[in-house]
Amino acid sequence: MKKIKWLVPTVYIIFLMLPIYWLLNMSFKTTTEIINVYSLWPKDFTLENYVTIFTDSTWYMGYVNSITYTVFNTLISVSAALPAAYAFSRYKFLGDKHLFFWLLTNRMAPPAVFALPFFQFYSSVNLFDTHIAIALSHCLFNIPLAVWILEGFMSAVPKELDETAYVDGYSFGRFFFKIFIPTIAAGIGITMFFCFMFSWVELLLAKTLTATVAKPIAAIMTRTSSTSGYELGLLAAAGSLTIIPGAVVIYFVRNYIAKGFAMGRV
Amino acid sequence: MAKITLKNLSHSYLSKQNSDVDWALRDINIDWKDGGAYALLGPSGCGKTTLLNIISGLLKPTKGEVLFDDKDMTALNPVERDIAQIFQFPVIYDTMTVYDNLAFPLKNRGLSQTEIDTKVKEIGDMLELTPTLNNKAAGLTADGKQKISLGRGLVRSDVNVIMFDEPLTVIDPHLKWVLRSKLKELHQKINRTMIYVTHDQIEALTFADQVVVMHEGQIVQTGTPVELFEKPKHTFVGHFIGSPGMNILPCDIENGQINLGGKILPNKINLKNNNFKKTQVGIRPEFINFSNDGIQVKINRVSDTGRHKVIDAECSSGNIKILANSSTQIPSGSAHITFDQKYTYAYGDNWIIE
Amino acid sequence: MNKTLNQRAWLFVIPVFVLVAFNAAVPLMTVVNYSFQETFGSNVFAWEGTRWFKEILHSERFHASLGRQVIFTFIILLIQLPLGIGIALTMPKKGWGVPVCLILMSMPLLIPWNVVGAMWNIFALPDIGFLGNSLNSLGFDYNFTQQSGDAWFTTILMDVWHWTSLVVLLSYAGLNSIQPAYYQAAEIDGASRWDIFRYIELPKMKKVLTLAILLRFMDSFMIYTEPFVLTGGGPGNATNFLSLDLVKMALGQFDLGPAAAMSLIYFLIVLLICWIFYTIMMKDEGRT
Repeated sequence: MKKIKWLVPTVYIIFLMLPIYWLLNMSFKTTTEIINVYSLWPKDFTLENYVTIFTDSTWYMGYVNSITYTVFNTLISVSAALPAAYAFSRYKFLGDKHLFFWLLTNRMAPPAVFALPFFQFYSSVNLFDTHIAIALSHCLFNIPLAVWILEGFMSAVPKELDETAYVDGYSFGRFFFKIFIPTIAAGIGITMFFCFMFSWVELLLAKTLTATVAKPIAAIMTRTSSTSGYELGLLAAAGSLTIIPGAVVIYFVRNYIAKGFAMGRV
Repeated sequence: MAKITLKNLSHSYLSKQNSDVDWALRDINIDWKDGGAYALLGPSGCGKTTLLNIISGLLKPTKGEVLFDDKDMTALNPVERDIAQIFQFPVIYDTMTVYDNLAFPLKNRGLSQTEIDTKVKEIGDMLELTPTLNNKAAGLTADGKQKISLGRGLVRSDVNVIMFDEPLTVIDPHLKWVLRSKLKELHQKINRTMIYVTHDQIEALTFADQVVVMHEGQIVQTGTPVELFEKPKHTFVGHFIGSPGMNILPCDIENGQINLGGKILPNKINLKNNNFKKTQVGIRPEFINFSNDGIQVKINRVSDTGRHKVIDAECSSGNIKILANSSTQIPSGSAHITFDQKYTYAYGDNWIIE
Repeated sequence: MNKTLNQRAWLFVIPVFVLVAFNAAVPLMTVVNYSFQETFGSNVFAWEGTRWFKEILHSERFHASLGRQVIFTFIILLIQLPLGIGIALTMPKKGWGVPVCLILMSMPLLIPWNVVGAMWNIFALPDIGFLGNSLNSLGFDYNFTQQSGDAWFTTILMDVWHWTSLVVLLSYAGLNSIQPAYYQAAEIDGASRWDIFRYIELPKMKKVLTLAILLRFMDSFMIYTEPFVLTGGGPGNATNFLSLDLVKMALGQFDLGPAAAMSLIYFLIVLLICWIFYTIMMKDEGRT
C-alpha cells in the first residue's frame, strides 16, 4: 500500500502534463508538418512560430495588454479590499452581513449575463477598449474574492494587536500600514495571487470590452483560429507563452498555496 | 499489565548523526515498574514526547529495545502493544456521540455489544460523563473533550500502560486541579502503570511516586520528589526543580575539597577530581544560613513573598539566592553565609561527584 | 472574536461598495430593463411585461440547455470531488515532492480559459491530436467534432483536467491542518484506514469541501469559454450549455429581451442553489 502511494499523484501529473506537452510539441512544428505528419515530437524543429509572435506587434502587444490590465486589476482589488476586509473582520455595522453576502453573490454572477450590458455601459462612459475598463470589470468577481480571503486572514490576527498599538500611541493610519499590513503580508500575497490568476484566465469580459488597443493575448488567439484558418503552430506557440506568467507566479507562491487555501475563510 | 524496560535506547529524526545534538534521545536505560505512577519531567524539546511515542509504538527507535515483561516489543505496532495514550490536545471523533467515542477502541477490538455497553457505562460514570453520553462529542467543552480522550484510554481493561502527554495544557486552571486529582484517584482504583509527561514541576511532583527528569535527550535522574529536591544528581535537576532553583557556582576542587572563591567548604567525603572541564558547587537556597563568619556576600535585594523571603545576594563567585523565614532579620549591605554541609554537592561537568 | 459596533466602518467599505456597485448594479439594471422590453434596434423599445420570462420558462430550448447544464455540473461534481480527495490523500506530506506536486498541479488553473479550450482542441483532434489519434488507433471510433457522445466525453475530460486540482489543493490544505495526534490516537484505538478517513479526515475536511463544492458548482454552472473554443456548443446543440446559449441569443441573434430575461433566470438559479446549499451547511454547523 505504502509503496504504490506515489503512483496516484504521478499518474495525475502525467495526465495534466500531456495536453501541455502536446501544445509545446505543436508550437515547435511547421504548419506543413502539423497537417501532414503525426509525430510525438517535432521532426522538423522550428522556432519560426515564436519568431512571428515576438516580431509582430499585434501579437506581442497582446501579452503587454493582458499583463497590464491584470496588474491593474490586482492592485485595485487588493487596495480596495484591504480596508473593507478590515472593517468586516473588526467591526459590526449597519447591514454588514447583507453587504458581505451581496458581495459574494457577485462572485456567483455568470459573466455571460453581464457581457452585453458591460459593453454598453463601458462604451457609454467612454472607457471601451481601454486597459482600465477590463481591470475595473474584473473587480466584479475579484473584489468579493479578495475581501473574502483577506477577511479570513485578518480574523486570525488577535484584536489585542490593534489595542496594544493604540495603547502605545499609534494613530490608526500608522498602525494599519506599519504593523497590521506586515502582519498579514502572507495573506496579501495569497490574495494577489488569486486576483492575478482569475484576471489572467478570464476572457469573456476582456474580449467583449476590447477591439484593438487593449485586446488581450487570449482574444488575439481566438481571432487567429477563426480567421486565418489553420495556423495551428502559431496558435500553439501563443498558447504556450500564456502559460509562462502563471507558472512564474506559482513558483513564487508555492509555499503559500496550501496555506492560503487553508486560512482563507476555511 | 507489565513491567516496561527500555534498553540502550537512542533515537534520531535525522538519517545521519554526526554529534550529540543530532540525537533526540541518547542512551536511555530505565525500568518502569508495573502499577507505578511515573512523571516524565523536562522542558519543551528535551525528548519527552519522543520517548513516549517510542514506548507506545508510534515511533520506531533508531537504536535499542523496548521490552514489556522482558518480551521484545520493539517491532510491534501500538495495537499489538496494548497501550493507551492521551494527547496534549483533546482528540475526539467529531461526528460520533460521546458513547460511540468511548466504544470505538472496544469495537475495533471485536468485543461483544454487551461487553462494550457495560464498559462504556462504567467509564462514563467514573468520569462523570453519563448525562452527556448521547450528545455529539463536538459540542463539549475542552475539558469535556479531554475527558473523552481519557475515557478512550481507560475503557480498555487490557492495557499495559496509560501514557499522558501533557494532557492538561488546554484545560482551565481550576479544572486542571480537579482532573489531576481524578487521575490520581483513578490510578489508585485501577492500579495500572501510568506515565505522565509534563514540563510543569508541580504537576509532576503531585501526580507521581517516581519522577523521571529529562534534559537534552537524556534521563538525568529518576527518583521520588523528595530525592530530586534533596539530592539532585545533575545541575539541571537542581535548577529545574525548586523555586527558586539551586544555586550553582563555579568552584575548584582541590585535595578532595571544594574551594569556592578561596574559601574551603567543609566536606565529609574525599572528592575526586577526574580532570573535569568544569567543576561547580550546588546548594539550594533553602539550605543557606546567615552567620558571623563564612562566605562574604553583598545583599542586593530582598523580596517578601509572605511565607518567606527571597534574598538576592552576590559573592565573589557569582549571584546567590537565599531563602529565609519571614521572621528572619536580614542584615543589610554585606553579610556572611554558610552552606548546610549535608546538602552541599560538588558537580563535575554537570554530574554529581560522589 | 467580539466585534465592536462602529458605524464609521462603512467608510472602509465605501471603495469596495462603489467599485462593485459600479460593475454589478448598473449592468444588472440594464439587464432588468431589457428583460421587460422588446427592441427594434436603434434604441426603440416597447414594454413587454413578463412576456419574455413566460416564454423562456416554457421554451424547449431553455429546458434543453438547462438540462444539459444540470447534467454536466452533476457529472463534474461527481467525478472531481472523489478524485480530488483521493489525489490529496495520496500526495506526499513533506519533502521535495510537495512543491513539485503543488506547482505542477496548479498549472492548469493558471492557463487562460480559451487557451485551455484551444489546447484541448489540438490535443483531441482525431487526426493530429494525441488523444484523438491514440483512441482511434486503439480501435475506438472517436471524433468529438462529429459525435455528441465524444464531444461530451472530451468536454468533461477537459474540465476534469482543468479544475480537479482546485479540489486537490483545497482538500490537501484541509488534510494538512489535522494534528498528527489524531492519527496517532486512531492508531492506538485500532482504527482501520477507512475509519480514519470516515471519522477523522472527512469531518475535518468539511469546511474546505463545502468551499470546493460551492466553487466547483458555480464555475461549472457558468462554464462558457472552454466549451466555446473546444466544441462551440456542437455538434448540433449537444454541448450547448446555458452560458453558450445565452451569448448566442444575445449577441448572435440580438434578441436582447429574451436574452436578458434568460440572464436573470440563470442568475437566480445560481443564487438559489448556492443559498440553499450554504444554509444547509451552516445549519449543520450550528447543530454539531
